[in-house]
Amino acid sequence: MHELGLPDILAAVLALSLNAYVLFGGADFGGGVWDLLAFGPRRERQRAVIADALGPIWEANHVWLILAIVLTFTCFAPVYARLGTILHIPLTLMLVGIVLRGSAFTFRTYDTRGDAAQRRWGRTFASASVITPVLLGVSIGAVASGRVRPVSPGGFVAQFVQPWLTPFALSVGLLALALFAFLAAVFLTLETRDPELCEDFRRRALGAGVAVFFASALVLLLSNNAAPLVRTGLMASSWALPLHLATGVSAVVGLAALWFRRFRLARVAAGLQVSLIFWGWALAQYPLLVPPDLTIANTASPNSTLRLVLIGLAIGGAVLLPSLWYLFQVFKTVPADSGARGP
Amino acid sequence: MSDLLAARSQMAVSLAFHIIFAVVGIGMPVLMVVAERRWRKTGDTIYLDLAKRWSKGTTILFAVGAVSGTVLSFELGLLWPQFMEFAGPIIGMPFSLEGFAFFTEAIFLGIYLYGWDRISPRSHLWAGVAVAVSGTASGIFVVAANAWMNSPAGFDLVGGRPVNVNPVAAMLNSAAFQQTLHMTLAAFAATGFAVAGIHAFLLLFDPENAFHRRALSVALIVGAPAAVLQPISGDISARQVARQQPVKLAAMEAHFKTASGAPLTIGGWPDSKAGETHYAIKIPYGLSLLAFHDPKAEVKGLNEFPREDWPNIPIVHAAFQIMVALGTYLALVSLWAGWVAFKGRDVVANRRLLQAIALGAPMGFIAIEAGWTVTEVGRQPWIIHGVLRTADAVTPMPGLIVPFLLFTLLYCFLGVIVAWLLYRQIIRSPGSTEWTRVYVPTVTRRA
Ligand code: HDD
Ligand code: HEM
Ligand code: HEM
Repeated sequence: MHELGLPDILAAVLALSLNAYVLFGGADFGGGVWDLLAFGPRRERQRAVIADALGPIWEANHVWLILAIVLTFTCFAPVYARLGTILHIPLTLMLVGIVLRGSAFTFRTYDTRGDAAQRRWGRTFASASVITPVLLGVSIGAVASGRVRPVSPGGFVAQFVQPWLTPFALSVGLLALALFAFLAAVFLTLETRDPELCEDFRRRALGAGVAVFFASALVLLLSNNAAPLVRTGLMASSWALPLHLATGVSAVVGLAALWFRRFRLARVAAGLQVSLIFWGWALAQYPLLVPPDLTIANTASPNSTLRLVLIGLAIGGAVLLPSLWYLFQVFKTVPADSGARGP
Repeated sequence: MSDLLAARSQMAVSLAFHIIFAVVGIGMPVLMVVAERRWRKTGDTIYLDLAKRWSKGTTILFAVGAVSGTVLSFELGLLWPQFMEFAGPIIGMPFSLEGFAFFTEAIFLGIYLYGWDRISPRSHLWAGVAVAVSGTASGIFVVAANAWMNSPAGFDLVGGRPVNVNPVAAMLNSAAFQQTLHMTLAAFAATGFAVAGIHAFLLLFDPENAFHRRALSVALIVGAPAAVLQPISGDISARQVARQQPVKLAAMEAHFKTASGAPLTIGGWPDSKAGETHYAIKIPYGLSLLAFHDPKAEVKGLNEFPREDWPNIPIVHAAFQIMVALGTYLALVSLWAGWVAFKGRDVVANRRLLQAIALGAPMGFIAIEAGWTVTEVGRQPWIIHGVLRTADAVTPMPGLIVPFLLFTLLYCFLGVIVAWLLYRQIIRSPGSTEWTRVYVPTVTRRA
């Protein structure tokens, strides 16, 4: 163990902002999943709750991803270059998904004629919400499996496709989808006062919780051969047992809270569970950023840059966190009539 | 199409697309805040309607701005990994600050757009101010990063690698002030004139309409002063280019041979092979005067530089001419409108002026695209002027024509949809009650 320095602190901030993106941005994607899967007599009302929950906050939630990207290229530029090169294809497809999701959501909200065009935007928004998390998960899976290696002479497929088109990476994609859908359903139980709708989302949350369980099991199974590094980290290190225990406890508490309709508790537990899964991956890789060769130490920018970024983060945080709190304060206190569309 | 050309084209398309929405994101909040403040001061509800209608259209544009900006922040790595590996530690700083500016903007935008009924009018106005300030700040930060590509600073080059990195010096590079000033003014001028132009056009058919009258006045108050200042700021930019990037200046002016007391070349078709410009109007001493404020000054011509360091001369020259022509037009129209208003006459009663404003609607945006073409194409073949060549920065990934076509198609599609939605929702909407309420001329109609 070496001494923690500036690079480690910035890596931790990077991980935190990805963590925030997974929690908030992830829940927004999950909302789109439930839009796609909306069924039953309350279908349109479910969609309305989802749209109202997303409207004012999705752009802000989305900036966590941008923050992570910017931190990556400022503080760990070789990592950014490597990911952009080897994962060109999944990242490009993910971008198409991000573009389609954001614009289709807004078009749908503002093209309020209830006609075929509006439905089409709805479908675009919803399908992009399914595809994008899978691609995000696939990219993370590719990194975890240690296949995002330096460019070498070799065929196109070997260099630019095989690193990410693996059963393991795909299973991480599935896990990401399940996690986001789970988060969204749990959060949505608190977005409406209508007991029927609340019940709808509760059932979906329980279902998604089970899906998360199976997807995690699949990832763990495949990691045996595909991602030995993460596997070892997750199994053998000193923090492994406490982490697994904590994850397990939050999963059980989350499901139980859903079962007994303690939705606020469920929200906390679900957020915790997802974050712990995320940190499990991050810690298992530490101090590698992109296995097998790019570490925090050998990719970090000079300290002059890192110090400034840290100062910038502190100042930015001082503006940002109160603003974010205000945003959630204004919009996440459920109005009495929620369940019907606003103006 | 070579991979390098495909990458450059994809970058160009993405930036040209994003800049439209980014500019709206800088300009519209100011317009909305001015309108809302007038409502608060005068109690005239038409101003409130104005702010609300504008904010509706702006929501659509903002969303497209956010997603296209996200694409850009990935594209820097997808297309130019070597560039970012070099530049990230040096100019990542303004990008990080920009990240915070985006965050603040997105937060208060959510509050502004969706919070009409949820917070007090006073807080609402301040949320608008926060959006305007952070939008402007994000533009400034990202343009400072671009200025660094034109005028690199804040590091020493040792064996091809940057050492002694000083991000503050990089951010405060010698082109940063000129470019950020020019771009910020451009955003206000372009948005102001686009909005003023649309309402001026509608006023041509309905001169008494109180809604359009107020819209026109708010838009001109924001757009006209910026448009008047723009040629001055452009002159400051040009002199900085003359010092820092003489090749670019020579390309802008299609100035092939070094000369003292160089003439200003207007129009014409530069022939790079023959090294001369045909059919141009030449104003004696003009170029020396503009570039160095001295009629005798020597201006380096393209002949001083090896061919492989030339950018594409016809494109840079034409783009520069377009920007300057449009900028001159907008400045003159602004002065005209200012004069009419200063004399206490009704701007709307002057049909010729209204027509001139309406004609100016797209011009700011065209000037912006042209100006960026000058800056970016004029920097070629360098991605970082004098330090790193574009050809050495491109990704090794083959088949780049595929993502280029993919994003071009996607953006064409989005562009059409946005235009159609704005038309359908905001400009036409004949049946909606909201429109009727605004449209019926009220007692506040001016005589
Ligand atoms: C409303 C838009 C607009 C208008 C009316 C003008 N410009 Fe401009 N110009 C821009 C919008 C713009 C821009 C798009 O914003 C650029 C691109 C990069 C930048 O910093 O600003 C630009 C760049 C730019 C540059 C290159 C800077 C560089 O490469 O570093 C010069 C020399 C000028 N301008 C000069 C002028 C002059 C002499 C104008 C006189 C009328 C003028 N511009 C009007
Ligand atoms: C390489 C260049 C650029 C990159 C990487 C970039 C990146 C981004 C990103 C990530 C966003 C989305 C933020 C959000 O989610 O709210 C964005 C929006 C924005 N960008 Fe850019 N940008 C670039 C060029 C520019 C330029 C040249 C300007 C202006 C002069 C600009 C001004 C803005 C503004 C004002 C917004 C917010 C308003 C909106 O969303 O419409 N950007 N940009
Ligand atoms: C939003 C306004 C902008 C527009 C319209 C614009 C336009 C262009 C164009 C036309 C090119 C292609 C030039 C060529 O290869 O011939 C280009 C390239 C590029 N631009 Fe910009 N640009 C803008 C702002 C920026 C900013 C703010 C940055 C970064 C900080 C930036 C970074 C780049 C890079 C990295 C390339 C590719 C390398 C190169 O061709 O030099 N651009 N841009």
